Amino acid sequence: MKTRFSNKLFFALTFGVFLACAFSINALAADTIKLGVAGVHTGDLASYGIPSVRAAGLVIKEVNAKGGILGRKIELLVEDDACKPEIATNTATKLISMHVNVVVGHICSGATKASLGIYKTGNVIVISPSATNPELTKSGRYPNFFRTIAPDDAQARLEVNFAINVLKVKKIAVLHDKGDYGKGLAEYAKKFVEQSKKARVVLYEGVSPGAVDYSAVVQKIKRSQADAIIFGGYHPEASSVVIQMRKKNMNTYFISDDGVKDDTFIKVAGKYAEGVYATGPKDVSKNPLAIAAIEAHKKTYGSAPGAFFLNAYAATQALLNAMQKAGSTNYMAIGKALRTYDVNTPLGKIRFDKLGDAIGVGFSMYQVRRGVYTEVK
Amino acid sequence: MRKIKELRQSLLISVWFMFLTFPIMVIRVNTIDNIIEWRWMNMIYVGLGSFVFSFIWRYLLSKKQSGAKLLKADKPAYLLPMQRIFANPWMQMSALFFIAVFAVIFPFVFSSYQINIMTTALMYVVLGLGLNIVVGQAGLLNLGYAAFYAVGAYSYALLNYHFGIGFWTALPIGAALAALFGIILGLPVLRLRGDYLAIVTLGFGEIVRLVLENWNEFSFGPSGISNIPRPGFFGIELNFEQVSAYLYFLVIGICLLAIFVIRRLQNSRIGRAWIAMREDEVACQSMGIDMTRAKLTALALSSMWAGLVGVIFAAKTTFINPASFTFLESAMILSIIVIGGMGTILGVIVGAFLLILLPEYLRALSDYRMLAFGAAIVLMMIFRPQGIVTVSRRTYQFSDENHAPDISTK
Amino acid sequence: MDYFLEIFWGGLTRGSIYALIALGYTMVYGILELINFAHGEIYMIGAFTALIVSTALAMAGMKGLTVFILASVLAVIYASAYGFTVEKIAYKPLRQAPRLSPLISAIGMSIFLQNYVLLAQTSDFLPFPGLIPEFTFMQPYAHIIGSTEMVIISTTALIMLLLTVFIKFTRMGKAMRATAQDRNMAMLVGIDINKVISSTFILGSALAAVGGVLIASHIGRINFYIGFIAGIKAFTAAVLGGIGSIPGAVLGGLVLGWTESFATGYVSSDYEDVFAFAFLVLILIFRPSGLVGRKTIQKV
Repeated sequence: MKTRFSNKLFFALTFGVFLACAFSINALAADTIKLGVAGVHTGDLASYGIPSVRAAGLVIKEVNAKGGILGRKIELLVEDDACKPEIATNTATKLISMHVNVVVGHICSGATKASLGIYKTGNVIVISPSATNPELTKSGRYPNFFRTIAPDDAQARLEVNFAINVLKVKKIAVLHDKGDYGKGLAEYAKKFVEQSKKARVVLYEGVSPGAVDYSAVVQKIKRSQADAIIFGGYHPEASSVVIQMRKKNMNTYFISDDGVKDDTFIKVAGKYAEGVYATGPKDVSKNPLAIAAIEAHKKTYGSAPGAFFLNAYAATQALLNAMQKAGSTNYMAIGKALRTYDVNTPLGKIRFDKLGDAIGVGFSMYQVRRGVYTEVK
Repeated sequence: MRKIKELRQSLLISVWFMFLTFPIMVIRVNTIDNIIEWRWMNMIYVGLGSFVFSFIWRYLLSKKQSGAKLLKADKPAYLLPMQRIFANPWMQMSALFFIAVFAVIFPFVFSSYQINIMTTALMYVVLGLGLNIVVGQAGLLNLGYAAFYAVGAYSYALLNYHFGIGFWTALPIGAALAALFGIILGLPVLRLRGDYLAIVTLGFGEIVRLVLENWNEFSFGPSGISNIPRPGFFGIELNFEQVSAYLYFLVIGICLLAIFVIRRLQNSRIGRAWIAMREDEVACQSMGIDMTRAKLTALALSSMWAGLVGVIFAAKTTFINPASFTFLESAMILSIIVIGGMGTILGVIVGAFLLILLPEYLRALSDYRMLAFGAAIVLMMIFRPQGIVTVSRRTYQFSDENHAPDISTK
Repeated sequence: MDYFLEIFWGGLTRGSIYALIALGYTMVYGILELINFAHGEIYMIGAFTALIVSTALAMAGMKGLTVFILASVLAVIYASAYGFTVEKIAYKPLRQAPRLSPLISAIGMSIFLQNYVLLAQTSDFLPFPGLIPEFTFMQPYAHIIGSTEMVIISTTALIMLLLTVFIKFTRMGKAMRATAQDRNMAMLVGIDINKVISSTFILGSALAAVGGVLIASHIGRINFYIGFIAGIKAFTAAVLGGIGSIPGAVLGGLVLGWTESFATGYVSSDYEDVFAFAFLVLILIFRPSGLVGRKTIQKV
């Protein structure tokens, strides 16, 4: 039990925290344009959310240095949703009560789904750099939602067509990492393979993310005698599977997705990465805007940007451009501008269709050749 | 002399921490570009920080120890100043009145964000109260409480999806299903004691989550279930603010119900049996208490509340997926009751408000939010291990001086 | 038959790692009756230290086995230091506290350490250099078991042997066993409890660090979150074997590893964790104190 002093101190501290927060919400200036960035910034998925915060920050720094837009400076409001739906709803309500004008986010499809209804009632436009669940746009339920990444089904379609038509394989093993993104993609891939009737799925399995050993799954692939593997998920699991496969002298084709088309994958898997296929956004490495964005990141943070950096960069630019073109921060006006005007981004020239998917953002197939992802023509 | 000794000790501590944090804080390797970044400034910060902090630490620890001595000195009833004030019934009534008024006007004064997180905190109050039945009262450590929460949430979501069952019908069904799951878990683990029970409940919690994650045909897997309707209000369409306020009052109602029921339970025959069971299973059995029944009712009654809150949770977020029901969630609810003070209703309330509102208000610290949260939990435990609110337990004291303090601290 | 053997060796590798981490849990539990949830984080910090050191050394131009040995030694030293410090800060002031308080403190510490590494280093997965070389004599068997797996299994076996010798024959080992049996009695016969507890944490952390380095070289990547999942699994292994018992932790780790491996190999990896936990529940129903756990006599 504590003494009187520390007891009082404790209560004083608690109240202090409460008061400080209550004030900090009201103390914000009113004449800036508020751009929210919501996503996962803590926990095991933090690496997918933090690059977006940096991207938005870099764009805003540049725009503010030129005097902002509509004569107003832009203010960044960063909120964590831990990739959890229930926290995402809090995040969304918080951003709305802070009178946010537009939002870049969220990162995870689940969190995005949970919060979109709230943004809709609050008349806030949301652009996600990474939520790929097809339902988000295709359901037509969220006119306030846009994204700078292509939905899962487009990617799965490309992977399956590539495997069947280019590699001409007959037996395909479909793997996923049991996650929202990976499993969703794998489901589509499986469906498309079955529909094509030119090949069949010989194995459909999930690997446990974070497991200490993947040899059992690798053995199973080997026993299934698959000619190709389509993997839905992110690079950490993919690299483990690929390393163990190649160490066991298996030369099965490995085809994966955007979550794997990341330089970290090549670095982690090293020589074993050679020959791996992955779909990814169309090659932008020659796009001067992309080069500039990556350079800006390197200058500020001392390292190459992480996942979805360019998507978030493009999302922020699209939003700011739409506000500029619309001449206001009005909800309807921004939405209309996003659908009408092209904008130059690191991802190329993009515009959004009726449902909110980006036109001009598509996928190409890449292969690791001599340690770099090279587009397969 | 003592000052010099302390100074030397603090210096040692700061050197130790500089050594300890050296690889993680000072060096940062960039394995992609093969660059090493040396951040010597961090080392200085760590050194200075730990030097200053060691003094605060020592001071607080010594305070705590003298506090413990004080406790032994005036043994019969040492009350904290706050508790002394609230021992007065008039003060209690007026405090309750103020809280009630505040609770009623709250949604009309604050923004929907504030209402929202307050609703969340209140939901955790009910969860804490529910878990407190098994952990605080019956003494069975449950590390898989989130599983029952998931059962409630998924039963509403799935029943609604397949059969269009509404919120109010789903509420009792969710609670009943969760209670049933409590019994299903209870049956095989009746023989287990202590931490073996804890790990089995942990395993059970993980099994439920993993099944939800993998069994796509049943639960739609990791992509979850969306568009779960919010509770209806006599068929009137409510806008977002109104729904927030409505849910807030709903949860307040459930909270009051939970407090009422649990208070009644505490002093009932079964409540007494739980306490006896917690203190000593063998003795309890030899007194003729049916242990099987006592354990199963504890598990069922506790899970029931989780199921109830689960239904509300699904209705509140309108979207659920298995990611919301991880082990961390169970650990959080457990932390609520331990930090609040085990076995007390007031403690659970204080704990829930603190642990749920703290990370929300710590958002101002952005990146450092969870770091501060982890540190806060550790500090809270060190300086107040028995929780914020301590229970004034009915103790039967011996006149023998040596026995008395032990009973109340056990 | 090949398939069976492959799955068997995979399970053994996995089990060895679980066993290494589980030992830390079980030793701490034996002495303090505390589920040390921060133990997984110590393992993670061990792996991180090894990564940082080996990268720094590799850039300084060193190669091969020297890097591996130096990195492992430093990882062990640092993990032990962290284990020691965590005990002093988060558990020692709570020796007399109610039983659940140190558990919550451990959960808090685990959250703290994860975020400390997240903030001080990075949230990204970092490639962990393959420090263990591919032995040419293993090549013909590579389809069944790789060099890394072989190193993991033999290192674990060697460590188990050393640990048994330490516990059985040294002074400190005896003191540890005495403290685990009865703390008060141990105190009465003149054993310095604080020293024993500190040594337990140091030893457990060192083993976790070895596990961390081995698994990181096997998997080839680490981030700040790896400790959490491995920690839960290792804890399960410790309970499966009978918490508090050292041979139990080893057995539990191996059994858990095999369960998961065979579940993946012959059923589906979708449910490998479900199998692991269901198996644990099943074992505990029939043997409530774990596989080799002592039956405790209940008295009033």
